[in-house]
Amino acid sequence: MNVPMKVTVNGKLHALDVEPRMLLVEMVREQLDLTGTHVGCDTTYCGACTVLLNGAAVKSCTMFAVQADGAEITTVEGLEKDGQLHPIQKAFGDAYGLQCGYCTPGLMLSTLQLLSENKQPDEKDMRKAIAGNTCRCTGYQNVLKAMQLAAQNMKGA
Amino acid sequence: MLSQLGDDAKLLAGGQSLIPLMKLRFANPAHLIDLNFIAGTSYIHNANSALRFGPLTRHAEIENSDIPARIPILYDCAAGIADVQVRNRGTIGGSLAEADPSGDWAVVLSTLATQVRCLGKNGERTVHLKDFIQDAYTTALAHDELVSEVVVDIPAKGSGGAYLAFKRAAPVYPTASAAVQLTMDGNVCKDAAIALGCVGLTAIKAKDAEAALRGRPISERTLSAVAEAARAAADPQSDMRGSADYKRTLVGALVRRAITIAVRRARGEHVEVSHLYA
Repeated sequence: MNVPMKVTVNGKLHALDVEPRMLLVEMVREQLDLTGTHVGCDTTYCGACTVLLNGAAVKSCTMFAVQADGAEITTVEGLEKDGQLHPIQKAFGDAYGLQCGYCTPGLMLSTLQLLSENKQPDEKDMRKAIAGNTCRCTGYQNVLKAMQLAAQNMKGA
Repeated sequence: MLSQLGDDAKLLAGGQSLIPLMKLRFANPAHLIDLNFIAGTSYIHNANSALRFGPLTRHAEIENSDIPARIPILYDCAAGIADVQVRNRGTIGGSLAEADPSGDWAVVLSTLATQVRCLGKNGERTVHLKDFIQDAYTTALAHDELVSEVVVDIPAKGSGGAYLAFKRAAPVYPTASAAVQLTMDGNVCKDAAIALGCVGLTAIKAKDAEAALRGRPISERTLSAVAEAARAAADPQSDMRGSADYKRTLVGALVRRAITIAVRRARGEHVEVSHLYA
């Protein structure tokens, strides 16, 4: 039996009917076709499925879709505005903060929560913010550089 | 609802343990009752020398509250659980009600005077934490009861504590952990509470280790004796995180290190602690 729910994703309100057992990540990917949110481990480890729930980073594989009823979700597709990359997206490109890109949406959303709370994070803050995001390519050094660059670019924003 | 739906119903708090367990089919509830939409279940109140936590208070809310400065051991715990994403969802009440042998809160709160308020059809009752957690994944909660509040006595002035967990990576459960809360009189330990995590079916209160510390000066000899008693109190199992011997050795080292940090904090020093990684 499906359950009706309303959720705002990247600023757009959706009225949906979902199975109660459907995970948030499945709703985002399969019902809304927002496939930038990835499924990596599906065990609450890797963070590839990270989205913002009312501004807070969460693993969307570890929440039911119906739990987001009435909430605001931000996925990687919501970062770009009017054809302009978000400063975090730009920084990840400019600082080579990605290689295969699978973990990148999650890393960028974890970065977004950090920078919305802390405009001038130090390295420790940044490492703590992405401790729940696994990257198997970069070794994290360029990710940290990208986060630093994003923080600089967003100053005064 | 719990009593109507019967034994196959389960409560869903932060879901950071239950949902993974359901995916593995280790938990297979026919009904899930989501507590997250109930207003007023997330709070931290400070009254009558006790802190009262709402059952759905998220780890991140505790981490970012003004408690850390006053009770560092609670910060060590709240800020060290898994990662940002999990701390944004996971709750203190859910952690205790889950009673996972590797859970962090039960270890830390065992070193403080902690009571769990349980609400059911027949009203509310208060259970001491040591009586609340009975076995792995087993608590004193009746089927139709839920955790309605966690009450923690604020440690006396001059008391210091520390919680250290050793983890292979941030998102995983620790391999072993140790919590120490103590009171000093000069260089002599007046009173101490020591609890060990991930080395038994529940958090282990290391009473012999406490006795080896109580009334003794903080010296190499004392620390060795306490660590030895902690190792003896541990009852770990070999698994993918490490062998039983390894965990026993590790937990002794963690206790020793936690004591030195707790002593410095008891003297009023600000010591930042982060969990240790392999």
